[in-house]
Order: sequence, then C-alpha cells, then structure tokens
Amino acid sequence: MHPAPSVILFTSLSGLGFGLLLFLGLGVLDVSGWVAFAFCFVAFGLSVGGLMASTFHLGNPQRAMKAFKQWRSSWLSREGVAAVAALTVMGAYCAAWIFLNMRIAALGFLGALLCLATVFCTAMIYAQLKTIPRWNQAMTPVMFLSFMFAGGALLSAQLSLAAVLLAITTIVQLLHWMLGDRRFGEAGSDIGTATGLGGLGKVRLLESPHSGTNYLLSEFCHTVGRKHAQKLRGIGIVAIGVVPVALLTFAPHSHATAAIAVLSHLIGLLSTRWLFFAEAEHVVGLYYDKHRHAA
Amino acid sequence: MTTLPQSTERRLGLAIDLDICVGCHACVINCKEWNTSNYGAPLSDMDAYGANPVGTFLNRIHTFEVKSEGCNAQTVHFPRSCLHCEDAPCVTVCPTGASYKRQEDGIVLVNESDCIGCGLCAWSCPYGAREIDRAEGVMKKCTLCIDRIYNDNIPQEDRMPACVRTCPAGARHFGDFADPESNVSKLSAERGGMELMPEQGTKPVNRYLPPRPKADIATDGDIDVLAPFLAPIEEKQGGFISWLDKALEAI
Amino acid sequence: MNDMKQPKLDTSPKVSDEIRKTTCYMCACRCGINVHLQDGKVKYIEGNRDHPINRGVLCAKGSAGIMQHYAPSRLRAPLKRVGERGSGEFEEISWDEAFEIACGWLKPVREKDPSKLAFFTGRDQSQSLTNWWAQNFGTPNYAAHGGFCSVNMAAGGIYTMGGAFWEFGAPDWERTKLFMIFGVAEDHDSNPIKIGLGRLKARGAKIIGVNPIRSGYNSVADEWVGITPGTDGLFILAMIHELLKAGKVDLDYLRRYTNMPFLVNCEKGSPENGLFLRDGDGKPQILDRTTGKPVAFDEAGVKADMGKDYVANGITYRPAFMLLAEKYMAVEYAPDAVADRCGIPAEQIRKIAAQLARIAFEQEITINQPWTDFRGQKHDKMIGRPVSFHAMRGISAHSNGFQTCRALHILQILLGSVECPGGFRFKPPYPKPLSAHPKPHAIVTPNSPLNGPHLGFVQGPEDLLLHDDGSAKRIDKAFTWENPMSSHGLMHMVISNAHAGDPYKIDVLFMYMANMAWNSSMNTSGTMKMLTDKDKNGDYVIPKIIYSDSYSSEMVAFADLILPDTTYLERHDCISLLDRPICEADAAADSIRWPVVEPDRDVRGFQSALIQLGAKLGLPDMVNEDGSAKYADYADYIQNHERRPGVGPLAGFRGKDGKGKGRGEPNPNQIQAYIDNGGFWIDHIPDEGLFFKPWNNAYQDWAVERGIYDSPQPFVFDVYSEIIQKFRLAAQGHGEHQPPEHLRERLQNVMDPLPIWYEPFEEAAVDKDEYPIHALTQRPMAMYHSWGTQNAWLRQIHGTNPLYISGKIWESHGFAEGDWAWVTSTHGKIKVPVVRMDALNADTVWTWNAIGKRKGAWALDETAPEAKKGFLLNHLIHELLPSKDDGMRWTNSDPITGQAAWFDLRVKIERVAEGDGQSQPEHPPQKSPVGRGPQNVKYGEDFK
Ligand SMILES: Nc1nc2c(c(=O)[nH]1)N[C@H]1C(S)=C(S)[C@@H](COP(=O)(O)OP(=O)(O)OC[C@H]3O[C@@H](n4cnc5c(=O)[nH]c(N)nc54)[C@H](O)[C@@H]3O)O[C@H]1N2
Ligand SMILES: Nc1nc2c(c(=O)[nH]1)N[C@H]1C(S)=C(S)[C@@H](COP(=O)(O)OP(=O)(O)OC[C@H]3O[C@@H](n4cnc5c(=O)[nH]c(N)nc54)[C@H](O)[C@@H]3O)O[C@H]1N2
Ligand code: SF4
Ligand code: SF4
Ligand code: SF4
Ligand code: SF4
Ligand code: SF4
Ligand SMILES: [Mo]
Repeated sequence: MHPAPSVILFTSLSGLGFGLLLFLGLGVLDVSGWVAFAFCFVAFGLSVGGLMASTFHLGNPQRAMKAFKQWRSSWLSREGVAAVAALTVMGAYCAAWIFLNMRIAALGFLGALLCLATVFCTAMIYAQLKTIPRWNQAMTPVMFLSFMFAGGALLSAQLSLAAVLLAITTIVQLLHWMLGDRRFGEAGSDIGTATGLGGLGKVRLLESPHSGTNYLLSEFCHTVGRKHAQKLRGIGIVAIGVVPVALLTFAPHSHATAAIAVLSHLIGLLSTRWLFFAEAEHVVGLYYDKHRHAA
Repeated sequence: MTTLPQSTERRLGLAIDLDICVGCHACVINCKEWNTSNYGAPLSDMDAYGANPVGTFLNRIHTFEVKSEGCNAQTVHFPRSCLHCEDAPCVTVCPTGASYKRQEDGIVLVNESDCIGCGLCAWSCPYGAREIDRAEGVMKKCTLCIDRIYNDNIPQEDRMPACVRTCPAGARHFGDFADPESNVSKLSAERGGMELMPEQGTKPVNRYLPPRPKADIATDGDIDVLAPFLAPIEEKQGGFISWLDKALEAI
Repeated sequence: MNDMKQPKLDTSPKVSDEIRKTTCYMCACRCGINVHLQDGKVKYIEGNRDHPINRGVLCAKGSAGIMQHYAPSRLRAPLKRVGERGSGEFEEISWDEAFEIACGWLKPVREKDPSKLAFFTGRDQSQSLTNWWAQNFGTPNYAAHGGFCSVNMAAGGIYTMGGAFWEFGAPDWERTKLFMIFGVAEDHDSNPIKIGLGRLKARGAKIIGVNPIRSGYNSVADEWVGITPGTDGLFILAMIHELLKAGKVDLDYLRRYTNMPFLVNCEKGSPENGLFLRDGDGKPQILDRTTGKPVAFDEAGVKADMGKDYVANGITYRPAFMLLAEKYMAVEYAPDAVADRCGIPAEQIRKIAAQLARIAFEQEITINQPWTDFRGQKHDKMIGRPVSFHAMRGISAHSNGFQTCRALHILQILLGSVECPGGFRFKPPYPKPLSAHPKPHAIVTPNSPLNGPHLGFVQGPEDLLLHDDGSAKRIDKAFTWENPMSSHGLMHMVISNAHAGDPYKIDVLFMYMANMAWNSSMNTSGTMKMLTDKDKNGDYVIPKIIYSDSYSSEMVAFADLILPDTTYLERHDCISLLDRPICEADAAADSIRWPVVEPDRDVRGFQSALIQLGAKLGLPDMVNEDGSAKYADYADYIQNHERRPGVGPLAGFRGKDGKGKGRGEPNPNQIQAYIDNGGFWIDHIPDEGLFFKPWNNAYQDWAVERGIYDSPQPFVFDVYSEIIQKFRLAAQGHGEHQPPEHLRERLQNVMDPLPIWYEPFEEAAVDKDEYPIHALTQRPMAMYHSWGTQNAWLRQIHGTNPLYISGKIWESHGFAEGDWAWVTSTHGKIKVPVVRMDALNADTVWTWNAIGKRKGAWALDETAPEAKKGFLLNHLIHELLPSKDDGMRWTNSDPITGQAAWFDLRVKIERVAEGDGQSQPEHPPQKSPVGRGPQNVKYGEDFK
C-alpha cells in the first residue's frame, strides 16, 4: 500500500491522542488547572489533529459529514461516530475538570471507553480488509490498542506502567510482523486464483494494461525492498520499545527522560506505521504480478 | 448487519470469454468514451500529453503468459472490471453509503454526490475495479452502463453495455445470471464459467469463461486419427502417375 | 435488509442531439461510425450496426477518434519553413501564399521535365485521385506506400489467382471449419477479422495461428505454430508435399479452374522452355483425355489430362501439374527435411496437413444452388472445401515473400478451397484476371500527361520501365530488373535514390500522409540526414519538399511547405471501387466521409487542396476550356468526375434519378443519398453468382452490369506462372530484353514459375553466428502507427514499448527484470528496455511498431515516455543490404516485387544492467509548430 503521510499521521497521532484521553478519563493524573489544561490540550491536539490529517486524503473533504451515516456496516463510519462521541464526552469531562475542577468519574470512564472504541474502530478499518492479508489478522486491533495504551500511559506520565505496556507493545508489534509475513500465503490468493488460470500452468504478467501508472498501482502496489524493510523494523523496535523501556527502567525518572522516551516512541511509531502501510500487499497487485517481485 | 440487499431480483453481469478475447482494448476505450460523458463525473486524464499520463478507466486488459514445464507457453488476454459481487465488500465498508448495490438488478454503483473519496471501497475490492478520479476526487467504477441498458432513447438492440456492444470478437456477454435460461447462465454452465478469487468471499456475479485447451500444448494424440488422411498413394496404387490416371478417370 | 434508500436514477438520459453517420479513419479498415453530436460537439462515437465492414463494433482506435479529433497536435494553417530543415521552425501562411509557392515550384518542373517531381503518398485512401493527378501532371514518379507495406501479398495473389488477401478477399467466416492465419498481428481488415474469429469460435471451428509470436489472434488460436521467421515458404511447401503424396488434392478443381493441365514446353535450352504450348490464337493448350490431342483450355466439354506428356516435333510438353508434383514431392520438401529450419516439429507439419486433408475432403459442404460456368457447363450445386487461409505481412515482408505468398495461394488452390463455400472468397472488384489490370507506364512529355497509369502488372520483360541505356525511368526503380514485378512501386527507396541522384536527381519531393522521417522509413537516422543534407553550394540535395499532414508529425519538421489537412470528421472522402473499397464477398459496397463537423482552423481536406492546386497548374481534366477550375473541391469531384463514361468514384445512387448501380451518369445529389443511407452503399451479388466468381457466368454478368468490368473476364488460376518464367528465360539469355550481368544469377534463381523457398537476403548476407537473432515488429491493436500517439487515451495503453525476448535468449544472456539491452544489426545499434516472453519463437525478439517518438513531435512534452523509453527498430533496418564489395546498391527488398524486407532483420543482443531510462539513439528535439497539449483533459465535462 502507498504509505500516505496523511494516513500515517492520522493513525499514529490520533492513536496517541485517544490513548492519552483514555488515561485522562480514567483519572490517573492528579493535576488540575493549567496543568490539566496542558494535558487535555495535548490529548485533543493529537486526536483532533490526527483526525484532521485523515481528511487530507479525501477527494471531497467538504462532504466529510456524510461519513457518519453508515455506522451499521462501515468501520470507517463507526470510527467517525465513536471519535465524535469520545471527543464530546471527553470534552465535557475535561471542561469540568479544568474549569470547574470537577472530576466526573462516570463521564471519564465512558469517555475512556469511547476512546478505546475509536481506536478499535480505526484498527478494524484495516483489520477487516481481506484484500490486504497482512492487516487481516487479530493482531491488528491488538497492536493498535497496545500502541494506544502504551502511548497513553507514556504521555500521561504513568512511567512504570508505560514501561510494561511498551514492552508488551514491542512484542505485539513483533508478533504482528511474524504473523503478518505469513498472511499473504495463508489467505490463499495468488495470480492463479486471481486470473482463474492457475490450473493451466505458471501464470505471469506479460503486458500491463497501461504502459504508465494508474490509481491502483500508485495506491496499492507500493513495494519496499526486503533489506530496507528489515532495517526499518529494527529501528522501529528499538525506538518504540527498547529505548523508552530502557530509559524508563534504568534512567532516573525526569521530564528529560520522559521527553526522550516520548520522542523515541514517536519516531518508532511513525516508522512502524510507515512500514504497516508500505509492507502491506493488496491482492490487486496479483493482477499486476507484483507479488512475484515482492516474494 | 449489512447494507447489502439480501438478494436481488436479477443478477445482471458479464460473462467474459478468455478463449476469444484478442486483447484489442476496444472495450476499454469505448467504455471510457461512453462513461466520460454520461453517468457521473467525466473520466479525467491527468498530464494527458506529458511525461506521466494517468487517467481513469473502468475496464482494463491485462495480458498473461501461462507456462507449464516442457510445454509451449500460452498467452491469455484478461479484461478486468467490476464483477458486481453479491457480497460486495466495497459497499459495506463505505462510510457514506455512496456505494450501494441495487436491489432490483444487483448493479453496484457509486452515488458520486455522496462520495467523499476516502478510497476505502477501492481498498476493499480484490479486483481493482475501482479507481478514484483525480480531477473530481470521487470513486469511479463500472456502472454496467446503467444509463444504456434501460435507456428508452437507445434502440432496443443497443441496450447493452458499451463494452459488450463494441467488442469486435464477441468476447463479452451481458445478461441476468439469476435466470438459468439467460445467455450468460447457459454459457457459463457450458463452458465452466469461473469465479475470480473465490477465497475472497465476494461472490462475484461476473463469470470468466476459461480458454479452451490448445492443440500444441494439451496434445490429444490426434496423429493416429489423422495419419490415414496422409497415407501415401504411391505404395498402394503403384505410383503417382497411375493414381492420377485412375483418379482423373473417376471424375 | 437494505437500510439505504437507493438514489433515484435517470436510467434514460438523452444520448445526444443528433447522430451523423460517416466512416472511421483511425485506420485503413474504414468501419462505419455513428457520430453522436451534442451542442455541435462530438460526444460519442459508436459502430454503425448496418455497416458491412464492422456490423456495429468499433475498435479501440475508432472509439478514441474523439481524442484524435481534438488532438493538440493538429496543424492549424499552412506552414512555410523558416529555420533549418528538421528544426521544426515554421511560420503560418495563407492558403493563397501556399498555393503560390507550390505553383512556383511545380510549374517549371512540368514545363521542363515532369519527372523532376516525385509524388508519393502514404496511408492514402484516395489513390484513384492522387494517381490521376500525378498522371495529369505527367510525372512517372508516383506511388502509394504499398511497396513497403505488403506488395508481396497483393502481387502474389493477383499474379496467382487474380486477387489477394488483405481486404480484397476473406475466408467464408460463416462456413469454414478450419482456418489458418499466417503472420498477422492486426491487418487492415482489423474488425472483420476479429468479428470472424469470434464467429468461428462460436461455431467451434478450429483456428491455427502460424506466427513466431503468440499474441493477439495467435493467442486465441486453438493451435500455435511458432515458426522461425522467413521460413513459411518451406513449411507450406512441406504441407503441399504431404498432400500430394497422399493424393489429397482437388483434381477436378485443378483441371477446370487452373492452368495445371496446360502443356509446358520441356525442351532444355529452348527460348520456349517453360512456356505454354499455344494454338494459333495464342490460347494455351491442354491434352484432351478422350482424343489424346491438344486443344484450347477453354473449349466446351473438354476433359483435360494432367498426367500425360504430349510430344510433338521431338519436343516434350508436360502438363504443368506434373511439373508441380515432381517438384514438391522431392524429399527436400519433406517435413523431416524442413522441420529444423522452420523450427516446427515434423510431426506438427504432418498433423496440420492431415487436418487440412480431412476437413477439405471428408467434410466437404454443399449448397444447393445451381450455377453455370464459363465453358457453359451447368452445375446443380456448389461444393465447398471448408478450409480457409489468411496471411499478411508476416509472410510478405521478407525478401522471399512473393514466392511464399504464391506458395500459400497454391496450397489453397490444390485443396480446391478458393472461391468455394467454406473457403477463401474474393470481394469485388476482385477477382480480376491479370490481363484486365493495366501495365505500368512512364513515358514523360513536358507539359503533358503521362502516357497511362503509373502502376500496373508487367506481363514480361518487355513491360519493364527502362531507358534504352538500361537505366530506370522511375526514381524508385520500380519495374526494373532489380524488382521487375514491383506493382506498387518502392516508396522506401525514394528518398535514398533522390539523395543519391540514382537514377537521377529530382527537384520537388511531394508527399502526403507518410511519416517518412520516422517510423515509415528504414534507416530512420540516415533518412533524416538525407533530408537535411546540403550540396557544396549549401543547397539541400533534395531541393524542395512539400508535405501534407494533419498533425505535427516528425516528417513535418523536414518539409519546406506544409499543406495542413483536416481531421477525418471534417472532410469529404470517398472509399471507392476504383481504389480499395469496402466490399464484402457477397456484395459490392463503397462509402464516403463527410464533414460531420466543420474545421475550426485554416485547414483544408488534402484532396480538395490537390484538386485546387491542379487547377492552378492548369492540369488537364482539372480545368475547363476557359481555364477555370473544373471542380470546386473533392466533393464536387466525387460526384461529377467520370473515369469511364458512366463510371465514377462512387458506384451507388448514380444517374439523375439516383437509381443507377455501378453505372450511370453523375447524380448531383449522390453524396446526400449516401448520407441518407448511413454513409455507404451496398449491392448484393445474386445467389447464383456468390461463389466460383472467376468462372461463374452469373457473377461475371453482374460485375459487367455494375461497371466492374466492361465485358465478362473469366480466367483460370496461374498456379504455374508463365510470366515469371519469361523473366527467367531472359536471365538465361533469351529474348531481346536482357538483364544486367550482375542480376542474371539472382533472377535465374528466384524467377521460378513454381514457388520456391530461398534464404532471406539479409540472413544470407550476415554472419549468422554473430547475428543469430531474428528481430520483428508487430502492430499493436490499440495504436495506429505514429498517429495514435497524440491520443490522450491510447498513449496510456502504449506509451512505451519494451523489446520482448524469448526465454532461451533471456536465459542465455542472463537477463533480469528491469534490464535494458544494446541491440545491434550490421547497420546500427539501439538501446532499449527488455521483457521476457516464452510464448515466442526461441530465436526471436520483437517489439510494438512505431511507439517511439522524436522529442518535440506530436505536441507531446519532450519528456514523454514515447520519446524517452519508446524506440524504433527502424534504426537497425537499412533500405540497402550490407554491401557486397561489388560497388552495387542492393536493396533490402524482395527481388521480384521490391517489397521492403522489414522482417529479415538479424541482430545480436547485449545485456545492460543499468539503463539510464533513455533509449538510444536519442535525437535532438524538434520545435513544435503547434505548441504543447493542455495539462489535464476532462473530456465529457462539456456534456454534463
Ligand atoms: N519497423 C517497422 N517499420 C515499419 C513497418 C513495420 O512493420 N516495422 N511497417 C511499415 C508499413 S507496412 C507502413 S504502411 C508504414 C506506415 O507508416 P506511415 O505511412 O508513415 O504511417 P503513420 O505513422 O500512420 O503516418 C502517416 C502520417 O499521416 C499523418 N496523418 C494522419 N491522419 C492524416 C490525415 O487525415 N491527413 C493527412 N494528410 N495526414 C494524416 C500522420 O500524422 C502521419 O504523420 O510503416 C512502415 N514502417
Ligand atoms: N491497430 C493497427 N492496425 C493496423 C495498423 C496499425 O498500425 N495499427 N497498420 C495497418 C497497416 S499499414 C498494415 S500494413 C497492416 C499490417 O498488418 P499485419 O500484417 O498484421 O502487421 P504486422 O504487425 O506487421 O504483423 C506482422 C505479423 O507477422 C508476424 N511475422 C513476422 N515474421 C513472420 C514470419 O516469417 N512468418 C510468420 N508466419 N509470421 C511472421 C509478426 O509476428 C506479426 O504478428 O495493419 C494495418 N492495421
Ligand atoms: S473488446 Fe473484446 S476482444 Fe477486445 S479486449 Fe475487450 S473483451 Fe477482449
Ligand atoms: S468487483 Fe470490487 S467494486 Fe465490484 S462489486 Fe466486487 S468488490 Fe465491489
Ligand atoms: S470513496 Fe466514496 S464510495 Fe468509496 S468508500 Fe469512500 S465514500 Fe464510499
Ligand atoms: S459495463 Fe459499461 S461501465 Fe462497465 S466496463 Fe462495460 S462499458 Fe464500462
Ligand atoms: S478498425 Fe478501428 S480504427 Fe480502423 S476503421 Fe475500424 S473502427 Fe476505425
Ligand atoms: Mo502498411
């Protein structure tokens, strides 16, 4: 898949934002006033900013409001509904917290739940796609949620918890890759089933329908070199987990260590998210014999 | 929960004959030509005369080569467009409801005025049947020429998709797969019409008729049957001249 | 449960304001089209269901006609060159000025020496007009592009059976059971062939494709014969060998309808050797089985013998059939003897021959339709042999192509499958005996017309166009000993000969619709040099060049004066029975184009411009007695010109009442009648005349009524070619017309009255170990030569062309995906991207034709993929053979017809792991006289 910056930013930032909101909703932070405002500001900035980024890849963003209609079948629609609900509830919760210094716990729990639901929906947008076997696995929502929890814990300064969650996330990410690497094969689609010609022999593309590119090729047939991907995976793991966990476990807790941990995690998150898209092979690539090159 | 109709009254679609398709791209261009000035936004071409022309098409022709060890290789032209799936994931993923499958005939369409151009339906389609129009930002796909097949302004005999009407080789057939007596159902039954990527669970309506076996690949031991036709005359009839003489006499 | 309310759709939108029916011209197939107009603009083009050619279907190019019509590369006004030739620098001028310049150049030429004008037309569909114009001008130097295209096919057919494949005949699609197609990628008859293949498939008939490349038609064929290029002749003769040995030939057919029973003089060394025994009237003699005496072949009731010699005055005369049988039954033509050379297993050759035998003779079909033959014999039914054949440039664009085409026709004839139900059928005006075709003419008189038509069919050495000193009368050296039967001229030699001043220098080169500076010439870089070359005075070696094109092609940049044509939707045209009509095997038909939209630029239909130029030059037949123009424009000419009394460009709706068919005086409403009839006219042949046309009285009478002949012209097929033998006799020293010494041996070898196979010339000349690979091109179905490139839709399909390499070569050279290669011939070197293909003859590489473009042409961006990655094989092909150190220029052509031997090319290949993305050779850009195209196109927007 084409790793579009808007989608990478959207999933990464909104995941972090909703993660932070979730922790805020659970009331783990014993702060108030300006400090509370700062946390809320960051949380909303990330989640809303992420959502905004996601509209950049829309062909007709002015119609975005129409996207709430199909919540009964569409994960994207559900995500929108959940996000709005989460933001509304958490908005009320945060307003009360900041301005009235009131912590309405029930509202907070509800908000947290909605944040969780939002990120779950986001994950399901990808996980539901049979066409992209790497995403089409149970580990995809697990991974999104782990990132959400770990990021939320980290940003809400729950550093010890964060260390544990980051470690889990790292393992989940590794598992996602491990299982993901096998998914295309397991899904059972190949150039033979795509064309129905598999029974006649080994099928390969001789001539593309067009000599240049098209929407399908640029959107779905991005390929990354295996070496390049391996390198990025290494960097990703070190940055999302190894460095932050090490810092949080072995370095004295301070704003500085926290900031470095956050930064490292963010870099890791963005790079693994880039890979999440870049490494994902869409079955439509079979018609262009792209799997042959990738394999 | 789904926004797909549980069943449709008719199942309109195409039966595409891979044994006949010569790969001429006639259907591709006539489809573009019809659709650019009919249903929905025009099908644009970006950088049309430049280094990297990219346009929207609803139908594409691939050419594959198939080979098994020790045999001649074979080439197959392969038209690819929307299969109007019964379990169309492109419909269920759509957040706006712009994508829908028609109750009456099963045609999968995009209501462009509702489409936000999120691309998710294209992500969910295994067959690459959807392309976003870059000028308009809306999703485009095969409409099964909905504005032709019922069009009272078109003579009855031409109420069929543009690609079917134009195909010089007659490789494309249009009809109702729900009717076992229809041309497409019969063809599909006779020729073993194939579903593409059944493992994707989309239940496509369109069928592909497979290439017939090739005599130079799947040899049928013909030569024994055929050998008598070349039995030399000289041996049995005492030479060419005497054969000729007798044969001329017999006329 | 459907929770969505479906939007209400208008499923009956208005399609258009109006449909105008005309004829497509995105290629030479000439399909009928319905042009839908809305608000005066072309909205949609579809096939015309009633049209005999395409029956409603339309190919990719046809549908893309809209984009052609709106192409940014369209020329806008006449152009005068202001920069150097080749630069593309022009200034727009008025038509008056353009005519003034042209007249200023042409008048003196006509007054002094009309042969100083060479007028050659390319993909011309108005040859009956252009050659009439050239005749009236008086130059001998006229031809269209047939010589480099497929004259072998045309001449091979006409010299053998009075008609050819191409679009002049077709298999009986309705009845044939086995169809063999040789060397065809697309052909002129593109839609009819596709429709036909579809019909065969629907009926379960078998299709065999003979082609080194398994693509297109060959990929749907039920059996593929991946032949080695240039060896079809051998393959065909091996099948003939098998059929003869098994006695599977149609003796009755051969005896009645061919010259197989003709008695041939077998006296060695005699000037009559190989010629027919004739009676006092000059009629060929056959041996009557009943009397044992020679009689005229066409005598009523005669039963010919084909197996006995006749001896008179000590001279043995042998029936031609015996000569044929002796020749082809020899072991050198046995499948086992040719298999390796052809790259076809002997078993496959035998199997195919057996299938031909089985279907032709065991599955014969009958139509209960009585008919009468030219000898007066009545037949109560029509018997058919349902095997049929088609072939095109794959067999004809080789230096042994003429004899190969003849061999194929002879195979058809031996099977009795020409003009019978289920076989191959001619389309009117064919068949036509050789004697009914004109001979070539070249007598030049200043200020006067030529003494007759330029092109034609020689019947012996006496018809060659040579001066007394043996030099050629024509600039292209057509009809000389180098290529005596070059019925279509040699367009590919014009620039090269004019540049060399061999046989003489010319003053004006006038070309129409031929991209000679690029894809239609061999040796493209060399041709560009010749066109720009200057003599020591600084003048161009080819002094003046006039060119007509509709678009900013490569050739435009090399002309001094451009006459801009319209697009095909903006002009009158006529697809005439006098030219290459659109007939069907069971009907005569012709058609028109008419301006369904008016041009919005200062351009003029070339034919109109030519007629107007002719009038300004005062050419006979183009001016009235008072010197005024006889025809205002082409439309006027189409309606009012008469070639013979009552016979004009259009055959339909003739006479004042519009009822005349084929004959009748001019009808002032004729064009309107065509428009009202959907753009075409069709007239069916009566049932009795539908088959056996060359011998069928009912057909012959119908053809006379329709003006196709002036009297019945029955004839028998020239399986044995006496005309060719006459040239061979000359080569042996007989007769007063003698070839130059250096050509004697070659003529002796190739001028065989019964087809032979010989190694293609380039192959024979090069070191085969050094150049082991055959290199070919094919027409892509969705692109027409160079002119599809400017098409915003088609160029997305074929914007680049890789070189396809056989699996064997791919592996032996260690190629990997994404590689490029240097490809080298004895003449040149190109660098190109490569792709592997296994369904390909093991010793062959190929690419799509004419995709590569010169930078700056066609209003494309200079970085267009066509100019960066796209390439031409033409850089590797030379119009001359590798030099033989004898000081002679040996053309790379068929030695009999002069057909350009495009497909004889031999190359070697070298892997280039890192391509820089630019194919080689790279030519400097030309300036575009029409600017660049728009960035984005949203065709269709205007109709919302
Ligand atoms: N390597 C290789 N080269 C080949 C061949 C091959 O097989 N291999 N084939 C050869 C053969 S058979 C042929 S016929 C030639 C074809 O080659 P060309 O005859 O050169 O054909 P086109 O490229 O179609 O170009 C003809 C010109 O006509 C112009 N034109 C198009 N429409 C109109 C119109 O309406 N009016 C006017 N006045 N001009 C118009 C186009 O712009 C173009 O410049 O190529 C030959 N070249
Ligand atoms: N779409 C489209 N249609 C066209 C044209 C076009 O440019 N585009 N051009 C038109 C013109 S000008 C012409 S002349 C016709 C030409 O029509 P075709 O004759 O069909 O043209 P080519 O593409 O030259 O195809 C030659 C075929 O012969 C095969 N071949 C080469 N060598 C041999 C051989 O030795 N033996 C055999 N058996 N096969 C061989 C090649 O693989 C190729 O398939 O097409 C006309 N129609
Ligand atoms: S028009 Fe017909 S033959 Fe041509 S590519 Fe399309 S389906 Fe195949
Ligand atoms: S082919 Fe693709 S676009 Fe068409 S219905 Fe099926 S999933 Fe949807
Ligand atoms: S691109 Fe349009 S049709 Fe497709 S899912 Fe998004 S809104 Fe629906
Ligand atoms: S049915 Fe209509 S829209 Fe669909 S591919 Fe054919 S022409 Fe295009
Ligand atoms: S074959 Fe195609 S381009 Fe040629 S005349 Fe017919 S429709 Fe036009
Ligand atoms: Mo040609």
